[in-house]
Amino acid sequence: MSKLKVVVVGNGMVGHHYVETLAKSDVDADICVIGGETRPAYDRVHLSEVFDGKDPSDLGLTTREYYEGLGVDAHFGDFVAKIDRESKKVVTEGGQEFDYDKLVLATGSYPFVPPIPGHDQAHCLAYRTIDDLAEIKASAKGKKVGVVVGGGLLGLECANALKNLGLEAHVVEFAPGLMGVQLDDGGSQMLRRKIEALGVQVHTSKATEKITQGDTHRLKMEFADETELETDMIVFSAGIRPYDQLARDADLKVGERGGIEIDYQCKTSDENIFAVGECAVLGNFIYGLVAPGYRMAEAAVSQLTSDKTSFTGADMSTKLKLLGVDVGSIGDSKGNSDGALGFVFSDEREDVYKRLNVSADGKKVLGATLVGDCDDYDTLLQYYLNEIDLPENPESLILPASDGAVPALGADALPMTASICSCHNVSKGDIVEAIDGGCTTVADVKGCTKAATGCGGCAALLKNVVDFELGARGLEVNTDICEHFKHTRQDLFTIVQSTQIKSFDELIDKHGSGSGCDICKPAVASILASLWNEHVLESDLVPLQDTNDTFMANMQKDGTYSVVPRVPGGEILPDQLIVLGEVAKRYSLYSKITGGQRVDLFGARMNDLPEIWSALIDAGFETGHAYAKALRTVKSCVGSTWCRYGVQDSVGQAIDLENRYKGLRTPHKLKMGVSGCTRECAEAQSKDVGVIATESGWNLYVCGNGGMKPRHADLFATDLDTPTMIKYIDRFLMFYVRTADRLQRTSTWLENLEGGLEYLQDVIINDSLGIASELEKQMQHVVDTYQCEWKTAINDQDKLKRFRQFVNSDKEDEAVLFVEERGQIRPATDAEKKRTQFKAVS
Amino acid sequence: MSAHKICTVDDLIPDSGVCALVRVNGLEEQVALFYLPHTEQKVFAINNWDPLGRANVLSRGIVGNIGDELVVASPLYKQHFSLLTGKCLEEDAAVKTYPATLEGDDIMLMA
Ligand code: SRM
Ligand SMILES: Cc1cc2nc3c(=O)[nH]c(=O)nc-3n(C[C@H](O)[C@H](O)[C@H](O)COP(=O)(O)OP(=O)(O)OC[C@H]3O[C@@H](n4cnc5c(N)ncnc54)[C@H](O)[C@@H]3O)c2cc1C
Ligand code: SF4
Ligand code: FES
Repeated sequence: MSKLKVVVVGNGMVGHHYVETLAKSDVDADICVIGGETRPAYDRVHLSEVFDGKDPSDLGLTTREYYEGLGVDAHFGDFVAKIDRESKKVVTEGGQEFDYDKLVLATGSYPFVPPIPGHDQAHCLAYRTIDDLAEIKASAKGKKVGVVVGGGLLGLECANALKNLGLEAHVVEFAPGLMGVQLDDGGSQMLRRKIEALGVQVHTSKATEKITQGDTHRLKMEFADETELETDMIVFSAGIRPYDQLARDADLKVGERGGIEIDYQCKTSDENIFAVGECAVLGNFIYGLVAPGYRMAEAAVSQLTSDKTSFTGADMSTKLKLLGVDVGSIGDSKGNSDGALGFVFSDEREDVYKRLNVSADGKKVLGATLVGDCDDYDTLLQYYLNEIDLPENPESLILPASDGAVPALGADALPMTASICSCHNVSKGDIVEAIDGGCTTVADVKGCTKAATGCGGCAALLKNVVDFELGARGLEVNTDICEHFKHTRQDLFTIVQSTQIKSFDELIDKHGSGSGCDICKPAVASILASLWNEHVLESDLVPLQDTNDTFMANMQKDGTYSVVPRVPGGEILPDQLIVLGEVAKRYSLYSKITGGQRVDLFGARMNDLPEIWSALIDAGFETGHAYAKALRTVKSCVGSTWCRYGVQDSVGQAIDLENRYKGLRTPHKLKMGVSGCTRECAEAQSKDVGVIATESGWNLYVCGNGGMKPRHADLFATDLDTPTMIKYIDRFLMFYVRTADRLQRTSTWLENLEGGLEYLQDVIINDSLGIASELEKQMQHVVDTYQCEWKTAINDQDKLKRFRQFVNSDKEDEAVLFVEERGQIRPATDAEKKRTQFKAVS
Repeated sequence: MSAHKICTVDDLIPDSGVCALVRVNGLEEQVALFYLPHTEQKVFAINNWDPLGRANVLSRGIVGNIGDELVVASPLYKQHFSLLTGKCLEEDAAVKTYPATLEGDDIMLMA
């Protein structure tokens, strides 16, 4: 028998997947593919990345050579014009003819352009192919305004692209809301707020009546409500239509609203013709995403094998990042199903909107909408796809984290059948298999399973699963600090400590490679400081420091610096307040009370820093290390001295703690708080170290955090006397310094510490590792070698050498400009700078 | 283009950067000078303006290598700029570079 002849029409994403799947199957077939576009299949999903500088060739999914290698006969740049079902052949526009035994239509779809008068003139464009992109780019060149017609998923993505091209971007939508297909009203409104805040102008409920010549721009859009909008280009993104003309001409059955009708086997009304991807319609539904298209291609291939599978529909959940706005939609996102119960969380301060739809019995997730915060997407999707039973209070899944919150589904909680990557149909089981087969990194698993190489939406979840599985096998997850050291921060700490290495050069010579980078240099500088506590500006340490440490001040957005003197415990003398005011006035600095109970002076030029600090030091101030990964502040409440409820002197205790640990450099910054009674006015339980007075001593709390992911501190020990408490804190801090990752606060450190709080208590209180006295000794060394870095620096000309704006001139940086607001300075905006320069010239 | 003497090696900070003001075609430009004594070229010069952070700060970044590329990390948002080509490794951005040499103790710049 002669080989089966399979002809594929269309070489888009799905057509390619069909060809590749068939070529790699055991079906003995001659495969021929005919693509209308001039280039072989490419990744349409990531089209817009070309606007961000990606080369179109990087999007390629295949090449002519690759097809040759697979024995596939490929033709590009010629459209199939006709199917002759009688004699089983297709004819192209170029006149080529191909015989088939089985024909596969993978012609995809084209952008729908509403028949508005004037839609067919120059600079009215579409957004679907690489060629379209080139046209959009060319049209935008040197122009100001761009309009996207259509406020759906693709329209918004396109508006983002126009914005990146430097155009003033508008979205014109016929319906009253954005992304009406996926979002309910609340979500759609929130999305609109966010998108407008980003500078894209949104016009909804706008019907365009005609497009004419513009007065100030190329085109004018005239709307039904008699308003107008001028623009230099229009991109239509008002929906897609399946390419089904070929099928219509051949009398194949098509859907009511277009699309080639298929059954569960992806067969059309002719049993020798299949249709897959966006040109196909199953039960009146077109699946406009790649993942379902790939499943169709696989089902269609399987019909030629003994092991037949069906395509019975697919999950249409999507997550996307539009213009920097997170949007997610899962299953029945609007809650339209019978008996669906909805939970809605809306936060207009943070611009977050979430809707969770659950079944009438409250047991299963039916769908969800997320706008502004997609952190819960992975967890909700897993509940949905795997029909996992919901907890008692489903709303906790979308509410901001608090004590009662249900934790995210961990990788271990997922069943083996859980779908991790829907684009490539990869389950947790497939990943486990890949790891058992020898994969040891996320990259390996990606290469081997293709997971996370489609839309990319599953990348975070994939990493979780891989890390968990590697961990469970006792395999090392790659935790090298960077390309220069094949070590973790903890390893480096141990190496430096045990070999007494004192410089970065020696360390990288003996234990690393290359010349270092902005990751390993500051990390090593921090380790050297924790252990040997030399001045930050020693000449061999200077090149390692972040700019903040180099200039012992925090760099601001315009390149100036801020100055934060230490105010231990927040207690300050009236005369010191006066000096702060005087210094601020003399150097025209912006003054603000910080959240850490001290004063920050902003807008200092680098060359003024030494003089400013001389004045402050003369008044008894010391550096506040606001620039360092080190102890910041010890916040206090007023305590028993004044407060009618106070039971201990919290201010005195805070001052003592701050003076003891000031200057200690740590993996990340460190904050403490001391409250005089359980009312907790110092918020000590949100600090890395928190101390709360009791009738008989102090309760010690550890590993609290404010910031991005707040965490309440854990109660570590109760009713301590002061010396015992200091001993515990010494040990605790040094143990953290030794074992944490770079930039890991105590809160995340504890959460990752095997054995958790109990283990920590065992090490610190019971000295289970036998290192307590060593930790104390190390801390004592740091305490004994404390120096105010600024005081040392202003007395050492060599260290001040760098505090010059220019090595060859006394001029100042002209790009630094301030304007006045509420009686103080603030950095000028770009627009304000332009105006000032203009004035200076004229 | 002409060669300018900018400063002497004493003004530089080994393995780190400083900034100089250079007149180019009648306009002043801020030039970040990096002194890497262990490399063959020793002195590298790029414009001081960080086009992404929008401030004159590149001379104050940490220098190092990413793969084969010698780079400085912007102190503002940490993108890396090649000291040889001025190209940004992460984003579609670049800064001007200047040929710089160490002649005796003098730092010479073509600009
Ligand atoms: C000045 C100040 C805001 C204010 O006007 O009040 C401030 C300003 C900055 N904070 Fe803060 N934080 C300030 C109190 C806080 C607080 C409140 C507190 O300490 O009680 C928090 C939450 C508590 C906490 O840390 O747990 C806080 C959480 C953060 C975070 C998030 C940390 C986290 O673990 O999630 C960052 C980012 C980081 O460090 O990676 C940050 C980073 C920053 C940086 C350094 C951002 C930067 O790189 O430019 C800001 C520059 C300070 C400067 O230029 O002087 N700041 N920051 C406060 C200085 C306190 C002080 O006297 O030293
Ligand atoms: C900008 C953009 C962003 C997207 N983002 C996502 C996303 O994030 N997630 C997601 O899942 N999906 C996304 N999609 C949708 C996704 O790209 C499509 O679902 C997918 O490409 C459909 O594949 P297909 O092969 O069916 O059709 P196409 O990829 O359209 O391929 C069809 C090909 O067939 C050719 N053809 C048509 N007629 C003929 C003929 N007669 N003869 C020869 N060749 C012919 C066409 O020229 C085309 O090259 C996005 C689409 C666009 C445009
Ligand atoms: S915590 Fe106690 S001591 Fe401190 S202010 Fe509040 S009530 Fe007073
Ligand atoms: S879900 Fe799209 S890449 Fe995995």
